[in-house]
Amino acid sequence: MPEAVFPEGTQLLEVIVPARKLFSLAERLKSDPILAFDYLISQTAVDFTTKFTVVCHLDSVKFRHMLVLKTELTDRENPVVDSLTALYPTAEFFEREIFDLFGIRFNNHPNLKRLFLEDDYGFPLRKDFRDEINIIER
Amino acid sequence: MMSEEIIKDVIVGENEDYIINMGPQHPSTHGVLRLEVCLKGETVKYLVPHIGYIHRGIEKMCEANTYQQIIHLTDRMDYLSAHINNEAVCMIVEDAMQVEVPERVKYIRTILDELNRIASHQLWWCAFGMDLGALTSFFYGLRDREHILDIFEESFGSRLLHSFLCPGGLMHDVHPNFQKRTKEFIKYFKTKLPEYDQLLTGNIIFQNRAIGIGHMSRETAIGYGVTGPSGRGSNFACDVRKIAPYGAYDKVQFNEILETGCDVFARYKVRMAEMWESMSIIEQLIDNIPEGDYTAKMKPIIKLPAGEYFRRVETARGELAVYVVSDGNKSPYRMKFRTPNFSNLFVMNEIASGYKIADLIAISGSLDLVIPDIDR
Repeated sequence: MPEAVFPEGTQLLEVIVPARKLFSLAERLKSDPILAFDYLISQTAVDFTTKFTVVCHLDSVKFRHMLVLKTELTDRENPVVDSLTALYPTAEFFEREIFDLFGIRFNNHPNLKRLFLEDDYGFPLRKDFRDEINIIER
Repeated sequence: MMSEEIIKDVIVGENEDYIINMGPQHPSTHGVLRLEVCLKGETVKYLVPHIGYIHRGIEKMCEANTYQQIIHLTDRMDYLSAHINNEAVCMIVEDAMQVEVPERVKYIRTILDELNRIASHQLWWCAFGMDLGALTSFFYGLRDREHILDIFEESFGSRLLHSFLCPGGLMHDVHPNFQKRTKEFIKYFKTKLPEYDQLLTGNIIFQNRAIGIGHMSRETAIGYGVTGPSGRGSNFACDVRKIAPYGAYDKVQFNEILETGCDVFARYKVRMAEMWESMSIIEQLIDNIPEGDYTAKMKPIIKLPAGEYFRRVETARGELAVYVVSDGNKSPYRMKFRTPNFSNLFVMNEIASGYKIADLIAISGSLDLVIPDIDR
Protein backbone atom coordinates (compact mmCIF):
# COMPACT_ATOMS: atom_id res chain seq x y z
CA MET A 1 0.00 0.00 0.00
CA PRO A 2 1.91 3.08 -1.21
CA GLU A 3 0.05 5.71 0.83
CA ALA A 4 0.89 4.12 4.17
CA VAL A 5 3.37 5.97 6.39
CA PHE A 6 5.45 4.29 9.07
CA PRO A 7 6.57 6.86 11.66
CA GLU A 8 9.82 6.05 13.46
CA GLY A 9 10.74 6.13 17.11
CA THR A 10 7.39 4.98 18.43
CA GLN A 11 6.82 2.48 21.23
CA LEU A 12 4.85 0.10 19.00
CA LEU A 13 4.85 -0.39 15.25
CA GLU A 14 2.55 2.22 13.74
CA VAL A 15 0.93 2.63 10.34
CA ILE A 16 -0.81 5.82 9.20
CA VAL A 17 -3.16 5.41 6.26
CA PRO A 18 -5.63 7.76 4.53
CA ALA A 19 -9.19 7.45 5.83
CA ARG A 20 -10.52 5.88 2.64
CA LYS A 21 -7.95 3.05 2.89
CA LEU A 22 -8.55 2.21 6.57
CA PHE A 23 -11.12 -0.49 6.04
CA SER A 24 -9.34 -2.27 3.20
CA LEU A 25 -6.05 -2.33 5.12
CA ALA A 26 -7.73 -3.61 8.28
CA GLU A 27 -9.43 -6.29 6.21
CA ARG A 28 -6.10 -7.40 4.81
CA LEU A 29 -4.42 -7.34 8.24
CA LYS A 30 -7.15 -9.55 9.61
CA SER A 31 -7.42 -12.07 6.78
CA ASP A 32 -3.74 -12.51 5.91
CA PRO A 33 -2.67 -15.77 7.58
CA ILE A 34 0.83 -14.56 8.49
CA LEU A 35 -0.50 -11.32 10.05
CA ALA A 36 -3.80 -12.51 11.56
CA PHE A 37 -4.67 -9.36 13.51
CA ASP A 38 -7.94 -10.73 14.82
CA TYR A 39 -8.27 -8.94 18.16
CA LEU A 40 -9.05 -5.22 18.35
CA ILE A 41 -7.77 -4.16 21.76
CA SER A 42 -8.98 -0.61 21.64
CA GLN A 43 -10.11 2.05 19.25
CA THR A 44 -10.09 5.68 20.15
CA ALA A 45 -9.48 9.14 18.77
CA VAL A 46 -7.27 12.10 19.64
CA ASP A 47 -8.02 15.74 18.88
CA PHE A 48 -4.85 17.52 17.72
CA THR A 49 -6.86 20.75 17.04
CA THR A 50 -5.78 20.76 13.38
CA LYS A 51 -6.79 17.16 12.81
CA PHE A 52 -8.43 14.17 14.43
CA THR A 53 -6.49 10.94 14.63
CA VAL A 54 -8.40 7.66 14.94
CA VAL A 55 -6.17 5.12 16.67
CA CYS A 56 -6.77 1.35 16.59
CA HIS A 57 -4.62 -1.03 18.62
CA LEU A 58 -4.60 -4.44 17.00
CA ASP A 59 -3.30 -7.68 18.40
CA SER A 60 -2.93 -11.17 17.01
CA VAL A 61 -4.11 -13.95 19.30
CA LYS A 62 -2.06 -16.53 17.42
CA PHE A 63 1.26 -14.71 17.00
CA ARG A 64 1.01 -12.13 19.79
CA HIS A 65 2.28 -9.21 17.75
CA MET A 66 0.78 -5.77 17.99
CA LEU A 67 0.18 -2.97 15.52
CA VAL A 68 -1.20 0.54 15.84
CA LEU A 69 -3.37 1.54 12.92
CA LYS A 70 -4.00 5.25 12.54
CA THR A 71 -5.85 7.52 10.23
CA GLU A 72 -5.95 11.29 10.16
CA LEU A 73 -9.05 13.36 9.51
CA THR A 74 -8.50 17.02 8.68
CA ASP A 75 -12.12 18.03 8.17
CA ARG A 76 -13.19 19.41 11.55
CA GLU A 77 -16.76 20.18 10.57
CA ASN A 78 -17.66 16.78 9.22
CA PRO A 79 -15.07 14.10 10.06
CA VAL A 80 -16.01 10.77 8.52
CA VAL A 81 -14.24 7.42 8.40
CA ASP A 82 -15.27 3.87 7.56
CA SER A 83 -16.52 1.67 10.36
CA LEU A 84 -14.62 -1.49 11.29
CA THR A 85 -17.71 -3.17 12.75
CA ALA A 86 -17.92 -5.69 9.92
CA LEU A 87 -14.46 -6.99 10.87
CA TYR A 88 -14.49 -6.57 14.64
CA PRO A 89 -17.90 -6.62 16.38
CA THR A 90 -16.42 -4.79 19.38
CA ALA A 91 -15.67 -1.80 17.14
CA GLU A 92 -19.39 -1.02 17.07
CA PHE A 93 -19.23 0.21 20.65
CA PHE A 94 -15.81 1.81 20.52
CA GLU A 95 -17.05 3.77 17.52
CA ARG A 96 -20.23 4.80 19.27
CA GLU A 97 -18.10 6.09 22.12
CA ILE A 98 -15.88 8.03 19.70
CA PHE A 99 -18.96 9.48 18.01
CA ASP A 100 -20.34 10.44 21.41
CA LEU A 101 -17.22 12.15 22.69
CA PHE A 102 -15.59 13.48 19.49
CA GLY A 103 -18.39 13.74 16.93
CA ILE A 104 -16.57 11.62 14.35
CA ARG A 105 -19.02 9.81 12.08
CA PHE A 106 -18.55 6.28 10.83
CA ASN A 107 -19.75 5.00 7.45
CA ASN A 108 -21.61 1.68 7.38
CA HIS A 109 -22.10 1.68 11.13
CA PRO A 110 -25.19 -0.36 12.08
CA ASN A 111 -26.34 1.83 14.95
CA LEU A 112 -24.54 5.14 15.28
CA LYS A 113 -26.15 6.70 18.34
CA ARG A 114 -24.67 8.45 21.33
CA LEU A 115 -23.53 6.06 24.01
CA PHE A 116 -23.28 8.01 27.27
CA LEU A 117 -24.50 11.55 26.77
CA GLU A 118 -27.65 13.29 25.66
CA ASP A 119 -28.24 14.17 22.03
CA ASP A 120 -27.87 17.94 22.47
CA TYR A 121 -24.67 17.75 24.51
CA GLY A 122 -21.48 18.91 22.77
CA PHE A 123 -18.49 16.69 22.06
CA PRO A 124 -16.57 16.91 25.35
CA LEU A 125 -13.23 15.41 24.35
CA ARG A 126 -12.72 17.99 21.61
CA LYS A 127 -10.20 20.55 22.73
CA ASP A 128 -12.48 23.47 21.87
CA PHE A 129 -15.32 22.15 24.04
CA ARG A 130 -16.50 24.63 26.65
CA ASP A 131 -18.97 23.92 29.42
CA GLU A 132 -19.22 26.92 31.75
CA ILE A 133 -21.60 25.22 34.15
CA ASN A 134 -19.93 21.91 34.85
CA ILE A 135 -16.24 22.40 34.06
CA ILE A 136 -14.26 25.01 35.93
CA GLU A 137 -11.26 26.30 34.00
CA ARG A 138 -8.08 26.72 35.97
CA MET B 1 -67.92 -3.76 17.82
CA MET B 2 -65.19 -1.50 19.17
CA SER B 3 -64.49 -3.66 22.19
CA GLU B 4 -64.27 -6.80 20.08
CA GLU B 5 -61.55 -5.20 18.04
CA ILE B 6 -59.64 -4.35 21.18
CA ILE B 7 -59.91 -7.92 22.43
CA LYS B 8 -58.74 -9.16 19.07
CA ASP B 9 -55.84 -6.77 19.27
CA VAL B 10 -54.79 -8.19 22.61
CA ILE B 11 -54.65 -11.67 21.15
CA VAL B 12 -52.98 -10.43 18.00
CA GLY B 13 -50.49 -8.55 20.19
CA GLU B 14 -48.84 -11.86 20.85
CA ASN B 15 -46.69 -11.24 17.83
CA GLU B 16 -45.58 -7.82 19.00
CA ASP B 17 -42.39 -7.22 20.95
CA TYR B 18 -42.85 -7.30 24.69
CA ILE B 19 -40.16 -5.08 26.14
CA ILE B 20 -39.27 -4.79 29.80
CA ASN B 21 -36.53 -2.88 31.54
CA MET B 22 -34.13 -4.65 33.83
CA GLY B 23 -32.57 -1.95 35.92
CA PRO B 24 -31.26 0.79 36.19
CA GLN B 25 -31.30 -0.47 39.77
CA HIS B 26 -30.91 -4.20 39.92
CA PRO B 27 -29.14 -6.28 42.56
CA SER B 28 -27.33 -8.45 40.05
CA THR B 29 -25.43 -5.52 38.54
CA HIS B 30 -22.93 -3.67 40.69
CA GLY B 31 -24.11 -0.26 39.65
CA VAL B 32 -26.65 1.34 37.42
CA LEU B 33 -27.16 -0.47 34.15
CA ARG B 34 -30.43 -0.63 32.24
CA LEU B 35 -31.04 -3.63 30.04
CA GLU B 36 -33.90 -3.19 27.59
CA VAL B 37 -34.98 -6.81 27.19
CA CYS B 38 -37.28 -7.90 24.40
CA LEU B 39 -39.17 -11.05 25.32
CA LYS B 40 -41.15 -13.72 23.55
CA GLY B 41 -42.95 -15.49 26.36
CA GLU B 42 -40.08 -15.76 28.81
CA THR B 43 -37.42 -16.24 26.14
CA VAL B 44 -35.09 -13.33 25.44
CA LYS B 45 -35.27 -12.24 21.79
CA TYR B 46 -32.66 -9.53 22.08
CA LEU B 47 -31.47 -7.03 24.61
CA VAL B 48 -30.03 -3.55 24.42
CA PRO B 49 -27.78 -2.26 27.22
CA HIS B 50 -28.22 1.41 28.10
CA ILE B 51 -25.30 2.94 29.95
CA GLY B 52 -24.15 6.39 30.96
CA TYR B 53 -26.02 6.80 34.25
CA ILE B 54 -22.79 7.37 36.14
CA HIS B 55 -20.55 8.68 33.39
CA ARG B 56 -18.11 11.01 35.10
CA GLY B 57 -15.81 11.87 32.23
CA ILE B 58 -12.67 10.51 33.83
CA GLU B 59 -10.79 10.76 30.53
CA LYS B 60 -11.63 14.46 30.32
CA MET B 61 -10.69 15.00 33.95
CA CYS B 62 -7.30 13.40 33.31
CA GLU B 63 -6.48 16.15 30.83
CA ALA B 64 -6.60 18.72 33.63
CA ASN B 65 -4.82 16.72 36.34
CA THR B 66 -1.26 15.64 37.01
CA TYR B 67 -0.22 12.01 36.82
CA GLN B 68 -0.13 11.71 40.60
CA GLN B 69 -3.72 12.92 40.76
CA ILE B 70 -4.86 10.62 37.95
CA ILE B 71 -4.00 7.58 40.06
CA HIS B 72 -6.79 8.54 42.42
CA LEU B 73 -9.26 8.74 39.54
CA THR B 74 -8.43 5.24 38.32
CA ASP B 75 -9.52 3.79 41.67
CA ARG B 76 -13.02 4.88 40.81
CA MET B 77 -13.24 2.94 37.57
CA ASP B 78 -13.13 -0.69 38.57
CA TYR B 79 -13.22 -0.22 42.31
CA LEU B 80 -12.82 -3.94 42.96
CA SER B 81 -9.45 -3.98 41.18
CA ALA B 82 -8.43 -0.55 42.43
CA HIS B 83 -4.85 -1.53 43.06
CA ILE B 84 -4.36 -3.00 39.59
CA ASN B 85 -5.77 0.12 37.95
CA ASN B 86 -3.30 2.22 39.93
CA GLU B 87 -0.48 0.01 38.76
CA ALA B 88 -1.37 0.55 35.09
CA VAL B 89 -0.98 4.31 35.39
CA CYS B 90 2.19 4.00 37.49
CA MET B 91 3.79 1.69 34.98
CA ILE B 92 3.01 3.88 32.00
CA VAL B 93 4.69 6.82 33.76
CA GLU B 94 7.69 4.67 34.69
CA ASP B 95 7.95 3.40 31.11
CA ALA B 96 7.86 6.87 29.68
CA MET B 97 10.39 8.31 32.11
CA GLN B 98 12.53 5.16 31.94
CA VAL B 99 12.59 4.75 35.69
CA GLU B 100 13.68 1.39 37.01
CA VAL B 101 11.60 0.60 40.08
CA PRO B 102 13.25 -1.35 42.94
CA GLU B 103 12.73 -5.10 43.10
CA ARG B 104 10.99 -4.74 46.44
CA VAL B 105 8.32 -2.58 44.84
CA LYS B 106 7.73 -5.10 42.07
CA TYR B 107 7.27 -7.92 44.55
CA ILE B 108 4.92 -5.97 46.81
CA ARG B 109 2.89 -4.72 43.85
CA THR B 110 2.46 -8.23 42.51
CA ILE B 111 1.39 -9.59 45.88
CA LEU B 112 -1.12 -6.79 46.25
CA ASP B 113 -2.40 -7.42 42.72
CA GLU B 114 -3.12 -11.00 43.59
CA LEU B 115 -4.68 -10.19 46.96
CA ASN B 116 -6.89 -7.73 45.13
CA ARG B 117 -7.80 -10.35 42.57
CA ILE B 118 -8.76 -12.85 45.28
CA ALA B 119 -10.87 -10.23 47.05
CA SER B 120 -12.59 -9.36 43.80
CA HIS B 121 -13.30 -12.98 42.91
CA GLN B 122 -14.62 -13.59 46.43
CA LEU B 123 -17.08 -10.75 46.07
CA TRP B 124 -18.06 -12.03 42.63
CA TRP B 125 -18.57 -15.51 44.04
CA CYS B 126 -20.79 -14.42 46.88
CA ALA B 127 -22.87 -12.09 44.70
CA PHE B 128 -23.16 -14.68 41.94
CA GLY B 129 -24.39 -17.30 44.39
CA MET B 130 -26.90 -14.86 45.78
CA ASP B 131 -28.18 -13.96 42.31
CA LEU B 132 -28.95 -17.61 41.75
CA GLY B 133 -30.67 -18.00 45.11
CA ALA B 134 -27.91 -19.36 47.36
CA LEU B 135 -27.93 -16.82 50.17
CA THR B 136 -25.31 -18.60 52.27
CA SER B 137 -22.60 -17.95 49.71
CA PHE B 138 -22.95 -14.23 50.33
CA PHE B 139 -21.98 -14.62 53.97
CA TYR B 140 -19.13 -17.03 53.22
CA GLY B 141 -17.61 -14.73 50.63
CA LEU B 142 -17.84 -11.54 52.65
CA ARG B 143 -16.51 -13.30 55.75
CA ASP B 144 -13.30 -14.28 53.98
CA ARG B 145 -12.96 -11.05 52.01
CA GLU B 146 -12.88 -9.20 55.30
CA HIS B 147 -9.48 -10.74 56.07
CA ILE B 148 -7.95 -9.26 52.91
CA LEU B 149 -9.52 -5.87 53.53
CA ASP B 150 -8.05 -5.91 57.03
CA ILE B 151 -4.58 -6.47 55.57
CA PHE B 152 -5.17 -3.56 53.20
CA GLU B 153 -6.46 -1.34 55.96
CA GLU B 154 -3.44 -1.99 58.11
CA SER B 155 -1.00 -1.13 55.35
CA PHE B 156 -2.79 1.60 53.40
CA GLY B 157 -5.37 3.00 55.80
CA SER B 158 -8.18 2.28 53.36
CA ARG B 159 -10.06 -0.83 52.44
CA LEU B 160 -11.48 -0.40 48.96
CA LEU B 161 -9.91 2.57 47.14
CA HIS B 162 -6.29 2.38 48.19
CA SER B 163 -4.35 4.78 45.92
CA PHE B 164 -1.35 3.18 47.56
CA LEU B 165 0.94 3.36 44.54
CA CYS B 166 2.68 6.39 43.19
CA PRO B 167 4.81 6.65 40.06
CA GLY B 168 8.14 5.08 40.90
CA GLY B 169 7.03 2.93 43.81
CA LEU B 170 4.75 2.96 46.80
CA MET B 171 3.41 5.85 48.88
CA HIS B 172 5.10 4.38 51.93
CA ASP B 173 6.42 1.02 53.00
CA VAL B 174 3.99 -1.75 53.93
CA HIS B 175 3.17 -2.42 57.55
CA PRO B 176 5.64 -4.70 59.40
CA ASN B 177 2.81 -7.18 59.94
CA PHE B 178 2.11 -7.42 56.20
CA GLN B 179 4.04 -10.62 55.53
CA LYS B 180 2.81 -12.38 58.64
CA ARG B 181 -0.82 -11.52 58.06
CA THR B 182 -0.75 -12.40 54.38
CA LYS B 183 0.68 -15.82 55.21
CA GLU B 184 -1.98 -16.28 57.86
CA PHE B 185 -4.63 -15.39 55.34
CA ILE B 186 -3.34 -17.87 52.75
CA LYS B 187 -3.31 -20.60 55.36
CA TYR B 188 -6.83 -19.69 56.44
CA PHE B 189 -8.27 -19.35 52.96
CA LYS B 190 -6.86 -22.69 51.86
CA THR B 191 -9.16 -24.34 54.37
CA LYS B 192 -12.11 -22.16 53.34
CA LEU B 193 -11.96 -22.36 49.56
CA PRO B 194 -12.93 -26.06 49.49
CA GLU B 195 -16.06 -25.01 51.40
CA TYR B 196 -16.99 -22.82 48.44
CA ASP B 197 -16.88 -25.86 46.20
CA GLN B 198 -18.90 -27.93 48.62
CA LEU B 199 -21.53 -25.25 48.90
CA LEU B 200 -21.99 -24.22 45.29
CA THR B 201 -19.83 -25.95 42.69
CA GLY B 202 -21.16 -29.43 43.25
CA ASN B 203 -24.71 -28.29 43.98
CA ILE B 204 -27.03 -29.86 41.42
CA ILE B 205 -29.49 -26.95 41.50
CA PHE B 206 -26.67 -24.55 40.79
CA GLN B 207 -25.22 -26.74 38.06
CA ASN B 208 -28.58 -27.00 36.32
CA ARG B 209 -28.73 -23.22 36.16
CA ALA B 210 -25.13 -22.83 34.97
CA ILE B 211 -24.18 -25.67 32.63
CA GLY B 212 -25.03 -25.07 28.99
CA ILE B 213 -26.29 -21.53 29.62
CA GLY B 214 -24.95 -18.44 27.86
CA HIS B 215 -22.85 -20.12 25.20
CA MET B 216 -20.05 -17.84 23.98
CA SER B 217 -17.86 -19.32 21.28
CA ARG B 218 -14.15 -18.56 21.08
CA GLU B 219 -14.69 -16.49 17.91
CA THR B 220 -17.35 -14.41 19.66
CA ALA B 221 -15.05 -13.82 22.61
CA ILE B 222 -12.18 -12.63 20.39
CA GLY B 223 -14.44 -10.59 18.12
CA TYR B 224 -16.08 -8.75 21.00
CA GLY B 225 -12.80 -8.49 22.90
CA VAL B 226 -14.10 -10.37 25.93
CA THR B 227 -11.06 -10.79 28.15
CA GLY B 228 -10.33 -11.93 31.64
CA PRO B 229 -11.98 -14.98 33.21
CA SER B 230 -15.01 -14.51 30.95
CA GLY B 231 -12.88 -14.85 27.84
CA ARG B 232 -10.76 -17.65 29.26
CA GLY B 233 -13.94 -19.63 29.93
CA SER B 234 -14.25 -19.72 26.14
CA ASN B 235 -10.69 -20.95 25.63
CA PHE B 236 -9.41 -17.51 24.59
CA ALA B 237 -5.87 -17.19 25.96
CA CYS B 238 -5.83 -13.52 26.92
CA ASP B 239 -3.94 -13.36 30.21
CA VAL B 240 -1.70 -10.29 30.01
CA ARG B 241 0.35 -11.65 32.92
CA LYS B 242 1.47 -14.39 30.52
CA ILE B 243 1.57 -12.43 27.25
CA ALA B 244 3.55 -9.45 28.52
CA PRO B 245 4.71 -10.09 32.09
CA TYR B 246 5.05 -7.05 34.31
CA GLY B 247 5.96 -6.61 37.98
CA ALA B 248 7.26 -9.89 39.37
CA TYR B 249 5.14 -12.16 37.19
CA ASP B 250 8.17 -13.31 35.22
CA LYS B 251 9.65 -14.70 38.45
CA VAL B 252 6.78 -16.97 39.41
CA GLN B 253 5.31 -20.17 38.06
CA PHE B 254 1.61 -20.11 37.41
CA ASN B 255 -0.86 -21.52 34.93
CA GLU B 256 -3.21 -19.61 32.73
CA ILE B 257 -6.58 -21.17 33.46
CA LEU B 258 -8.44 -22.07 30.29
CA GLU B 259 -11.80 -23.81 30.04
CA THR B 260 -13.47 -25.09 26.92
CA GLY B 261 -17.05 -25.19 28.22
CA CYS B 262 -17.89 -21.69 26.87
CA ASP B 263 -20.88 -21.47 29.25
CA VAL B 264 -21.66 -19.86 32.60
CA PHE B 265 -20.22 -22.83 34.47
CA ALA B 266 -16.91 -22.62 32.54
CA ARG B 267 -16.52 -18.97 33.50
CA TYR B 268 -17.34 -19.91 37.07
CA LYS B 269 -14.69 -22.63 37.11
CA VAL B 270 -12.04 -20.28 35.71
CA ARG B 271 -12.54 -17.84 38.57
CA MET B 272 -12.52 -20.56 41.20
CA ALA B 273 -9.26 -21.96 39.81
CA GLU B 274 -7.76 -18.48 39.57
CA MET B 275 -8.14 -18.03 43.30
CA TRP B 276 -5.92 -21.09 43.81
CA GLU B 277 -3.41 -19.76 41.28
CA SER B 278 -3.35 -16.35 42.97
CA MET B 279 -2.63 -17.98 46.30
CA SER B 280 0.18 -19.96 44.74
CA ILE B 281 1.70 -16.78 43.27
CA ILE B 282 1.54 -15.03 46.64
CA GLU B 283 3.16 -18.02 48.36
CA GLN B 284 6.06 -17.96 45.93
CA LEU B 285 6.70 -14.26 46.53
CA ILE B 286 5.81 -13.51 50.13
CA ASP B 287 8.93 -15.02 51.69
CA ASN B 288 11.29 -13.57 49.09
CA ILE B 289 10.47 -9.87 49.25
CA PRO B 290 13.88 -8.22 48.88
CA GLU B 291 14.98 -5.49 51.23
CA GLY B 292 15.44 -2.04 49.78
CA ASP B 293 13.75 1.23 49.02
CA TYR B 294 10.03 1.40 48.65
CA THR B 295 10.27 3.95 45.88
CA ALA B 296 12.62 5.03 43.15
CA LYS B 297 13.87 8.58 43.06
CA MET B 298 11.31 10.68 41.21
CA LYS B 299 11.10 14.37 40.50
CA PRO B 300 8.27 16.10 42.36
CA ILE B 301 6.75 17.34 39.09
CA ILE B 302 6.32 14.57 36.57
CA LYS B 303 6.36 15.55 32.91
CA LEU B 304 6.28 12.76 30.37
CA PRO B 305 8.38 13.28 27.24
CA ALA B 306 6.21 14.09 24.24
CA GLY B 307 5.01 10.92 22.57
CA GLU B 308 2.52 8.12 22.80
CA TYR B 309 2.54 5.35 25.36
CA PHE B 310 0.53 2.19 25.70
CA ARG B 311 0.37 -0.29 28.56
CA ARG B 312 -1.74 -3.36 29.29
CA VAL B 313 -2.39 -5.00 32.64
CA GLU B 314 -4.62 -7.84 33.74
CA THR B 315 -7.28 -6.74 36.22
CA ALA B 316 -9.63 -9.15 37.96
CA ARG B 317 -12.06 -8.73 35.04
CA GLY B 318 -9.81 -8.65 32.03
CA GLU B 319 -7.45 -6.51 30.11
CA LEU B 320 -7.05 -2.87 31.07
CA ALA B 321 -5.12 -0.90 28.49
CA VAL B 322 -3.99 2.67 29.05
CA TYR B 323 -3.09 4.89 26.12
CA VAL B 324 -1.46 8.23 26.79
CA VAL B 325 -0.64 10.99 24.36
CA SER B 326 1.73 13.44 25.99
CA ASP B 327 2.82 16.83 24.70
CA GLY B 328 5.50 17.25 27.37
CA ASN B 329 3.33 18.94 29.98
CA LYS B 330 2.60 17.77 33.49
CA SER B 331 -0.85 16.52 32.52
CA PRO B 332 -1.59 14.21 29.59
CA TYR B 333 -2.84 15.60 26.30
CA ARG B 334 -5.17 12.63 25.94
CA MET B 335 -5.64 9.63 28.15
CA LYS B 336 -7.70 6.65 27.11
CA PHE B 337 -8.65 3.74 29.32
CA ARG B 338 -9.65 0.59 27.50
CA THR B 339 -11.56 -1.01 30.32
CA PRO B 340 -12.39 -4.72 30.36
CA ASN B 341 -16.02 -4.37 31.38
CA PHE B 342 -16.82 -2.08 28.48
CA SER B 343 -16.14 -4.87 26.01
CA ASN B 344 -17.50 -7.59 28.25
CA LEU B 345 -20.89 -5.90 28.57
CA PHE B 346 -21.73 -5.64 24.89
CA VAL B 347 -21.34 -9.33 24.21
CA MET B 348 -24.41 -9.88 26.35
CA ASN B 349 -26.91 -9.49 23.50
CA GLU B 350 -25.02 -12.16 21.58
CA ILE B 351 -24.86 -14.72 24.39
CA ALA B 352 -28.20 -14.13 26.15
CA SER B 353 -30.48 -14.22 23.10
CA GLY B 354 -32.47 -17.42 22.99
CA TYR B 355 -32.20 -18.17 26.70
CA LYS B 356 -34.83 -17.63 29.38
CA ILE B 357 -35.02 -14.37 31.31
CA ALA B 358 -34.06 -16.19 34.53
CA ASP B 359 -30.86 -17.28 32.76
CA LEU B 360 -30.11 -13.65 31.99
CA ILE B 361 -29.33 -13.16 35.68
CA ALA B 362 -26.88 -16.05 35.59
CA ILE B 363 -25.28 -14.75 32.38
CA SER B 364 -24.83 -11.19 33.60
CA GLY B 365 -23.50 -12.57 36.88
CA SER B 366 -21.00 -14.76 35.10
CA LEU B 367 -19.59 -11.77 33.19
CA ASP B 368 -18.89 -10.08 36.54
CA LEU B 369 -19.66 -6.54 35.43
CA VAL B 370 -18.68 -3.46 37.38
CA ILE B 371 -20.59 -0.55 35.90
CA PRO B 372 -18.36 2.41 36.88
CA ASP B 373 -15.69 0.72 34.80
CA ILE B 374 -17.94 0.89 31.74
CA ASP B 375 -19.12 4.44 32.27
CA ARG B 376 -15.76 5.88 33.34
